[in-house]
Amino acid sequence: MTALQPPSKKIWWKQPVDRVEIVWIGIALVWCLIMFFFMPFWHVYGEQNYSGEAYRVQPERFAEKVNEFVAEHTVRHETDRQIPVVRPPAGSDIYLLARLWDWYPILELEKGETYRLHVSSTDWQHGLSIQPININFQVLPGYEMVLQITPTETGEYAVVCNEYCGIMHHAMLSKLYVVESGRNQGEPSS
Amino acid sequence: MKPEFRTCPDSGLVLHRPAENLIKANAIAAVVFLAVGGLLGLLVALTRWPAVQLLDAELFYTVLTGHGIVTLLVWILFFEMALLYFCSSVLLRCRIATPRLGWVAFGLMTVGAAITAVAILQGGSSVMFTSYVPMPAEPHFYLGLILFAVGALIGTFIFFGTLVIAKDEKTYEGSIPLVTFGALTAAIIAVFTIACGAIILIPTFLWSIGYISEIDALMYRLIWWGMGHSSQQINVAAHVAVWYAIAAIVFGAKPMSEKVSRGAFFLYILFISIASAHHLLGDPGLSTEWKIFNTSYAMYLAVLASLVHGLTVPGAIEVAQREKGHNKGLFEWLRKAPWGNPVFSGMFLSLVGFGFIGGISGVVMGAEQINFLIHNTIYVPGHFHGTVALGTTLAFMALSLWLVPVLFRRELIWPKLAMWQPWLFGIGTALQAFFMMGAGTLGVSRRHWDMAFAGSAFEWAYPGMAYTMMALNGVSAIMAVAGGAIFVLVIVGTILFGKKKGAAEYSTRKPAVLTGPAESLTGHGNIGLGIKGFPAPGTFILAMFLLLVFVVYYFINYGYLASVWKFS
Repeated sequence: MTALQPPSKKIWWKQPVDRVEIVWIGIALVWCLIMFFFMPFWHVYGEQNYSGEAYRVQPERFAEKVNEFVAEHTVRHETDRQIPVVRPPAGSDIYLLARLWDWYPILELEKGETYRLHVSSTDWQHGLSIQPININFQVLPGYEMVLQITPTETGEYAVVCNEYCGIMHHAMLSKLYVVESGRNQGEPSS
Repeated sequence: MKPEFRTCPDSGLVLHRPAENLIKANAIAAVVFLAVGGLLGLLVALTRWPAVQLLDAELFYTVLTGHGIVTLLVWILFFEMALLYFCSSVLLRCRIATPRLGWVAFGLMTVGAAITAVAILQGGSSVMFTSYVPMPAEPHFYLGLILFAVGALIGTFIFFGTLVIAKDEKTYEGSIPLVTFGALTAAIIAVFTIACGAIILIPTFLWSIGYISEIDALMYRLIWWGMGHSSQQINVAAHVAVWYAIAAIVFGAKPMSEKVSRGAFFLYILFISIASAHHLLGDPGLSTEWKIFNTSYAMYLAVLASLVHGLTVPGAIEVAQREKGHNKGLFEWLRKAPWGNPVFSGMFLSLVGFGFIGGISGVVMGAEQINFLIHNTIYVPGHFHGTVALGTTLAFMALSLWLVPVLFRRELIWPKLAMWQPWLFGIGTALQAFFMMGAGTLGVSRRHWDMAFAGSAFEWAYPGMAYTMMALNGVSAIMAVAGGAIFVLVIVGTILFGKKKGAAEYSTRKPAVLTGPAESLTGHGNIGLGIKGFPAPGTFILAMFLLLVFVVYYFINYGYLASVWKFS
């Protein structure tokens, strides 16, 4: 009986299973269970998770919140498009808006501080990709995602859009700065 | 009764004429679309090769949309229709149910694919395969997809109908063959898949013509992936069935245990479709519990099924080879396999590539937290070129090289060229998967025209290695497309110019009832290396090696994750 024919006799389920198959199924099942329980394990003991915190939001309302945030904490402007760079207080709620085809505003964060990052889109779907550390999230219009983030290294990072969003998708790039914590170093940022 | 059945003198298969014609038509349409999709893929790869960047941005996004839809949906589903008709009518020696409706299905699929193709070519529907709302496409983009899906659904029910007829008219004794059981698994998943497609694409079509005001972005993603991901799970069930079929065709291999193999297929039916959550792990609005349960196929029970097939398919070949006398050492059975026969080499490269490249990468990146490292990077296309191109497409190519001569009563043209086909396509695709996964690990985005961000207010440079990998991906794509082109040439050449093997003779007689051989139900006796119960020790070692690679790669990724910014 090959796999192209009916199995021999009608009682094929009574054919004894070779030990090689039983051993393999056992080993594979153990690995499957390890992988399954590793995800909740990482939620408890790992430091890279997303809690799932999110809210429904009207795009206009989210844009208003972003504008208030920018008006309050802008420290300078960059590029000839005068994109604001925002230096929020350590540990505060911070906002990032994705839209065709830029990120708004540029954030300047302190190393080792934990921020509540609110992200949403006011038009189509976008992808939040922070490079070169390469962590990536989906950004949806109508949903305000809240991520608690703690930058662990200072430096200049890129914010890339990695969800296709139309003809200028590849130009949707921004910056994110991480500076030494003012609290630890006792000196203002540059 | 009209003369409708013939027995193939080479393969011993019994073919019902209306089924045969439907299989031919669907297979030809599949190969035509594969040729189109492959060429589009070459254009994509050459554009993403930074030093070449063949197309401009607008054309690139159009071509990428076309490549996704034609290869992931159209080529595959046309072939699967042929496969479903083959596994029901031909394998069960049964007349096909409602052949006229079969032509309606074929017509709907052809017209639907053409309408969507026109919408894409017009340039106003460069929305990618996923067409995420609220980015709009032209209404006829969705309409074509809906018609195509309705056609595929009709074809799937013709398969079910044929199974019912075969049972009713007692064309076979006992249970359906394992390969038909695998096709049944694929067909059941297909019903779920197409239902999801209808549930989301019909409202989206109504939205595109202004009848519905808004489609929620998250709801769209949730239901769309019920189609987009599950359609690739149809492929998994279908190509595993093809692996078993080729093991039987080339080696006369018997399943090591019907119970185990069928049980594994049954696990697919129960659990494989929920893993469409893979695509939503970085999304707001879904709970952690939901993500963990669904992304892990409950408790990785569909992964368990694939691991089982990964042992039992090569295991069946090993047992057959050892019974033929290739019983020395661990791997004589594999060394003495017919590596020059493209039907075997294609199948085996598909098996190994699907397991080591597509399978491992898919499960690892489907782990909830690891997904943050690869979501929407070019790692993702790297992964699914390992599953869909290397796994499914290569398995279907291998089967076609055997099936087309049987169906068309012609000898395979240019057998020397055909011999190289799986190697070029298989190795080229494997390298592509490898280089895309590498570039994705370095952060390169998928669906992105310019990794140097031309036209942006800012500058950002990926590491030099990422550029090198995207260039090597382009080179590998040329190799893969050469292998694909040889496949199309050999198939078309065989159909048009292959040496005829004598006219098909149809008879009015009903074919004899299909029976399984009367074998005793003992184990595999003394073959193997003398370890009782281990008739396939070589396969077991290979499977353990796969598991080792799997475990190491899994924890390397969590290890890297632990080093990045903290977030919660």
